[in-house]
Amino acid sequence: MRGGPDPCWHFHGDLCRIGAIPEVTGMDMSMKLIFEKSIAGRGCDLLPECDVPVAAVGNKFIRNSEIHLPEVSETELSRHYTELMKRTFGVNDGFYPLGSCTMKYNPKVNDEVAGLPGFAEIHPLQPVGTVQGCLEVMKLAEEYLCEITGMEAMDFQPAAGAHGEFTGLKLIAAYHKERKDTKRTKIIVPDSAHGTNPASAAMSGFSVVNVASTKEGYVDPEELRKVVGEDTAGFMLTNPNTVGMFDENILELTKIIHDAGGLNYYDGANLNAIMGLVRPGDMGFDVVHLNLHKTFSTPHGGGGPGSGPVGCKERLVRYLPTPRIILKDGRYEFAEKPLESIGRVKAFYGNFRVVVRALAYILTLGGEGLRNASENAVLNANYMMQKLQGIFDMPFSGHCMHEFVISLEQLKQEKGVSALDFAKTLLDYGMHPPTMYFPLIVHEALMVEPTETETKENLELAVEVYKAVLEQARKEPEMLHQSPAKTVIGRPDEVMAARNPVLRYQF
Amino acid sequence: MGTYVPNTREEQQEMLREIGVHDLQELFHAIPREVCLDGPLKLPSGLPELSVYRKMSGLAGRNKVFQSIFRGAGAYRHYIPSIVKQITSKEEFVTAYTPYQAEISQGILQSIFEYQTMICELTGMDVSNASVYDGATAAAEAVIMCKERKRTKALVSETVHPETIQTIQTYCSGTDMEVILVPAKEGHTDMEALQQLLDEETASVLLQQPNYYGILEDAEPAGILTHEKDAKFIMACNPISLGLLKAPSEYGADIAVGEGQPLGIPLSYGGPYLGFMASTEKLMRRLPGRIVGETKDTRGERAFVLTLQAREQHIRREKASSNICSNQALCAMTAAVYLDAMGARGLRQAAESSMSKAHYLAGELCKLPGFALVYPGEFFHEFVTTCRGNVDKVLRALEDRGILGGYPLSGKDAGHLLWCATEMNTKEEMDTLVSILEEVTRA
Repeated sequence: MRGGPDPCWHFHGDLCRIGAIPEVTGMDMSMKLIFEKSIAGRGCDLLPECDVPVAAVGNKFIRNSEIHLPEVSETELSRHYTELMKRTFGVNDGFYPLGSCTMKYNPKVNDEVAGLPGFAEIHPLQPVGTVQGCLEVMKLAEEYLCEITGMEAMDFQPAAGAHGEFTGLKLIAAYHKERKDTKRTKIIVPDSAHGTNPASAAMSGFSVVNVASTKEGYVDPEELRKVVGEDTAGFMLTNPNTVGMFDENILELTKIIHDAGGLNYYDGANLNAIMGLVRPGDMGFDVVHLNLHKTFSTPHGGGGPGSGPVGCKERLVRYLPTPRIILKDGRYEFAEKPLESIGRVKAFYGNFRVVVRALAYILTLGGEGLRNASENAVLNANYMMQKLQGIFDMPFSGHCMHEFVISLEQLKQEKGVSALDFAKTLLDYGMHPPTMYFPLIVHEALMVEPTETETKENLELAVEVYKAVLEQARKEPEMLHQSPAKTVIGRPDEVMAARNPVLRYQF
Repeated sequence: MGTYVPNTREEQQEMLREIGVHDLQELFHAIPREVCLDGPLKLPSGLPELSVYRKMSGLAGRNKVFQSIFRGAGAYRHYIPSIVKQITSKEEFVTAYTPYQAEISQGILQSIFEYQTMICELTGMDVSNASVYDGATAAAEAVIMCKERKRTKALVSETVHPETIQTIQTYCSGTDMEVILVPAKEGHTDMEALQQLLDEETASVLLQQPNYYGILEDAEPAGILTHEKDAKFIMACNPISLGLLKAPSEYGADIAVGEGQPLGIPLSYGGPYLGFMASTEKLMRRLPGRIVGETKDTRGERAFVLTLQAREQHIRREKASSNICSNQALCAMTAAVYLDAMGARGLRQAAESSMSKAHYLAGELCKLPGFALVYPGEFFHEFVTTCRGNVDKVLRALEDRGILGGYPLSGKDAGHLLWCATEMNTKEEMDTLVSILEEVTRA
């Protein structure tokens, strides 16, 4: 254990409960896998005897190989996951300022209504007359999200943000294809963009052109003019951008693309800063994807399920994935598939029960509440940034939007303490670190997004912790290389994991 | 108006003062005036929690919850043990982010590692990823990962779920991949046609087992034919069936995919579901999506991390094997808890029970005049029959009695019904179904 007073002692005990301290307990802290808890003959009794004669199929279809699944009692199973739960850090455990991820509080009523049998137990292929409630959920969510984004239509089939990007880019491809404008093969992406942007463009059959950002983190209109041309299919941008600043030149940028015959794609990752204040549709964007699991408060589930609906302007509506829902004589129905549609990107209609949660959230906040949420997201970020000003190096000046970037480049040069070391030390304070090493255009970046659901005193506590860690980094930098000390494991050897992949338990 | 903003007006004012601005508007000065919204969003006013609950319950109430379901076609109602729902509702699991910070995410990482192990066990494959969006996208990703410079043809059997086929077509359109459908013959993949279509440009062959019609495909020869041309053999499987029926590895599959929904995930009007994806070790570095690996920490203890990230978008950007950057972690955990609770015995029981009930139902249905099996061959828990009289009328009559009947097929199968039975359907329920059908289809 590190020397000196426990840095954690003056904070709430709860903040330190990521895990017990091995040195204190003196016990083996490693946790068994469920397979290692298995004893032949144990198990749960769940299904009744079959009440019809047992059927058989030909031997050539019968499985020969054994399946190793755990044999555990329900008690052991329950405790196993409670143990895993204690080794997991959720939004409910504490401050979670992951830049670009919008880890806001996930309201419980949303989960509750999503679990109603009238949503959870509905078969996706029931007759439309028996699913009017489901269809209305999607129509209402579409109507509201279109109003929020300034789009004409919204489709919920994409299951995640990256899936939404892929879908949105397919719309752009379909648009040019129908116009027989086949030379448009390139998508322009700023060098500060999320990695999914270029990956999605490539996956949709486009080649990628990077455009350099200015020192201030904006897209330089002159640079953009240099790369647009007859081969430009579209331009992907998030605004506020990935350094947390609103691009003032936005109308000029989108016009450059439109004048060149391309379309503008809005990555909705950062929509949480601008709801009710400004809309992508009014900034010149033709297609957007949203992340319901960011802006609209649906839980992340440890990596999914999310939902990445795609919205578009009128001229792209007929390319949207099918089926589309329409209201006809007071009854919701599926429309005939238009020939121009890009088709399906997933089975059925998307992550429906995630959409239910997002709708409940929008109904709770209403127009005014959504604006209030965005304003407070921006206020919280600025408050924290202000408190850290002059102490940490902030590469971008002026007021930020809902997130801001710190650079630890100088600390790295002077003391050898990296953004990773800093982040890992925060774990010992019971805080989730900010996003590390993103955006790529900032060295030793930490990107902080507090969200609107955090209290003033939590922000102040975080500021104090950041300062304490910085001070420690200056005084005893070597300690930070060894952090974290209080978590259930120390830093894992990632090189070993990749060089010698062990991806399953061997029986 | 409901809100989740904790800070009071007074606190907000204090914060503004500290920042050095007069009001909130000043923080948004970078937004050009001409694009700022000039009025409030045209949305209903916010509501307190009870009102939201009532409104959403009202919407849920406009859907019909069938007590008796004989429909599958890609979404299956199985028994979900109580412990599955309880465990996967734990707030830590529900609200955590992707486990980038391994030291505080061992719970999620270990659960994925256990999930990967169980998917390998079910499919008999060497390596599983941490899951993808659903069965259809898993199949599409599998097709994409088989592409090679000189192999750009993807053969997909016509007996694969139509929505899976459509998803594959969307994924491949605009790229240099060509999707070619292998025709069906009497509800099976036409093996002669497959043999003729296979050539040196074939990257992969995709078969579904049991196929869309519930029929068990003769997958072994298909695998042999595929490998003779050095193409990859992809199998889409129903995970419950694997408790009893041959694993994809036993048919020689290079990649196994499938819809994981039957493993403890509610019907949910189609999502969220779970796409599972596993391959041979040889294809490990071509698998898309997250993968969790075991390693050691600085103290020499076992630890789990996201690994093989050199394949992924945040490192490779436009050169990544896929743009996917999430998995369906909570759904993967659901499947893992389900498999833990069921064990191999329980899974086999669910499979055997589902198959037996489907065979009983088929036998009883076919005693009715005008009902007969459309396709020959052995089936698992789904089968296609003809229907006496107007299909819609028959289904509506069942609907009035709280029964969701077989799925009315379209296209060249129009007029036929695709039935499904699982352990959820009792003998009594099936007998009732048959007697109602007898009544409504009587001439």
